[in-house]
Amino acid sequence: MERRKFDVAIIGAGGAGMRAALQLSSAGYKVAVLSKVFPTRSHTVAAQGGITAALGNVTEDNWLWHMYDTVKGSDYLGDQDAIEYMCRMGPQVVYEMEHFGLPFSRLENGKIYQRPFGGQSRNFGGDQAARTCAAADRTGHAMLHTLYQRNIQAKTHFFVEFLAIDLVRDAEGRALGVVALDMERGEPLLVEARATLLATGGAGRIFQASTNAFINTGDGLGMASRAGIPLEDMEFWQFHPTGVMGAGVLISEGVRGEGGYLVNGAGERFMERYAPHARDLAGRDVVARAIAIEIHEGRGCGSRKDHVLLKLDHIGKDEILDKLPGIREIALKFAHVDPLEAPIPVVPTAHYMMGGIPTHYRGQVVVPARTGPEEAVPGLYAIGECACVSVHGANRLGGNSLLDLLVFGQAAAEHIVEFLKENPTSPPIPREGPDLALARLARWERREGTERVADVYRDMQGIMQSHCGVFRRAEVLEEGIAKLEEARQRLDRAAIGDHSKVFNTARVEALELENLMEVAFATIRSAAARTESRGAHARDDYPERDDRNWLKHTLAHRDGTIDYKPVRLKPLTVSSFPPKTRTY
Amino acid sequence: MSAIRWRSRRGMLELDIVLARFLDRHEARLSEDETKAYLGLLEYPDAELWDIITGKGEPEAVEKALLELIRMN
Ligand SMILES: Cc1cc2nc3c(=O)[nH]c(=O)nc-3n(C[C@H](O)[C@H](O)[C@H](O)COP(=O)(O)OP(=O)(O)OC[C@H]3O[C@@H](n4cnc5c(N)ncnc54)[C@H](O)[C@@H]3O)c2cc1C
Repeated sequence: MERRKFDVAIIGAGGAGMRAALQLSSAGYKVAVLSKVFPTRSHTVAAQGGITAALGNVTEDNWLWHMYDTVKGSDYLGDQDAIEYMCRMGPQVVYEMEHFGLPFSRLENGKIYQRPFGGQSRNFGGDQAARTCAAADRTGHAMLHTLYQRNIQAKTHFFVEFLAIDLVRDAEGRALGVVALDMERGEPLLVEARATLLATGGAGRIFQASTNAFINTGDGLGMASRAGIPLEDMEFWQFHPTGVMGAGVLISEGVRGEGGYLVNGAGERFMERYAPHARDLAGRDVVARAIAIEIHEGRGCGSRKDHVLLKLDHIGKDEILDKLPGIREIALKFAHVDPLEAPIPVVPTAHYMMGGIPTHYRGQVVVPARTGPEEAVPGLYAIGECACVSVHGANRLGGNSLLDLLVFGQAAAEHIVEFLKENPTSPPIPREGPDLALARLARWERREGTERVADVYRDMQGIMQSHCGVFRRAEVLEEGIAKLEEARQRLDRAAIGDHSKVFNTARVEALELENLMEVAFATIRSAAARTESRGAHARDDYPERDDRNWLKHTLAHRDGTIDYKPVRLKPLTVSSFPPKTRTY
Repeated sequence: MSAIRWRSRRGMLELDIVLARFLDRHEARLSEDETKAYLGLLEYPDAELWDIITGKGEPEAVEKALLELIRMN
């Protein structure tokens, strides 16, 4: 097998991976960034809303207020040391991006424009704050392009259209690099590195209804899980209330902000019952759950009563075209309705994964060991949506994800620099090091099979949607676990028809499905185990938050066992925000 | 399978869906020139490609007929 040697291997070229890469390349290290798609086509490109940081350009602001909002938004499951670090660093990383050339929208006085988002307050729960910085409605796109250009200047080495298969570690567990599949040639490559960083993004494709692009298959989580690392807080998935029925494409909150509202099968404006004050503009988890209840109780729309309608035609043609550009195209293309005349069918749609690979606030992966619940794995790091730091806890606030990418991209890079200084050489790669990866590749060479990958893929998504969606109960979850187990066995019996080498997408999809399966199991098992409702995890049979028993992080192991570890309630320098009832 | 399928995997779900629909309907019948033109379109950044497909932007040089086919999906 071909081998290449670097100081650092970074898997993923989204905002997180490229922010870390830039820092390390600029410091003179030899950095490899692997990406299964061209870097600027990473999912970060889809982020439209913006990035949150307490700059105070529009309303008076303070990073401590941002911290309070984030702790509260997390339903107190977020680690307060990491949250303090993120919110304190916020302004610095945003100004750095400005300096790198990110074209932020401006106020008249020339300062960076900031818009108000849900969950942002002044003075610890007071008036609405405007804290989210934006580059028009293309913040993620602008961020990726800026970081990519800078990385080219800094001589980061990109391996484009390389699919990472599995980590390479030695007997002590130290990470030594990764084996990847060069998709164009169909050959494996061993990337040796003194430090390895996972930045592979989300895994929203485990659900049938998802706002995530097709590439979001949780590859980094699959790799971590196969390496024996448990996955943290996987029961917490944010569902966006308004994804287009059947397609998943997101209809932004802006539509409801401009006066759009939801109606059920009886034509009733049902949000008035669930949130009399905020109505259609209540928090994402509240609106998503209300829609799920309407559908579950038979008040959905259409012949199958499986969705609700988002009505906006009353806003008026000119207003819609002026204030909500793009909505009409999305409705026409994906819902086949013209929103100027008819309402858009929508359902709650999986949007963001709060859980992930457990790390401390400087990005290093931590696992339970003899010494305690958080022993660092030497040489292994994770950042961005694939990681669980945990700053989002049980529920993420809008705009905090892009911030997380930059802050922890930088923090992990700093820690890696220290690690590389302390470890000037790395141990040799054991002969059996790449075996795990090579066995995975060899498995899909098998020609006999009774199942098709595409069928298992679709069924897994259906199972997760109906058994582990917004509406969760013990019996439903347990039944889902049994069905998922069956799907996994079918995957073992599957084969692909195409064994060509060059750009064999059938093989790639099979490998991705194996990763999704790891994520799906961790998600549904963690959800079945947590008998309380907190943030985005809503149990119909346990509707209350239960701090006495459940103020703790879940750790789901690959063998099906589940561990827990305490939430870090102590911030770095300020005093703790103790759990309170969450009202808005 | 080929590069054409993989490179139609994008960062935006909107594009994933439209391009997959287009390929499902037309991939088998694309001429060599059309395939080349399509791969050329895929070089555009996601946001610009979406503008092109929704008619808010025009590519520099591409077969109009091919673009119309993609736009219909
Ligand atoms: C529609 C939408 C809108 C959003 N809007 C906002 C917003 O306004 N503000 C906000 O803060 N957040 C937003 N989010 C969330 C935010 O965009 C994501 O959480 C964030 O962009 C994830 O960044 P990342 O760097 O972790 O991963 P990604 O950007 O997803 O990048 C992952 C990278 O890993 C690579 N990769 C994955 N697997 C492999 C493999 N096996 N081998 C090689 N490479 C691999 C990919 O090629 C890619 O380069 C939005 C999310 C969605 C879905």
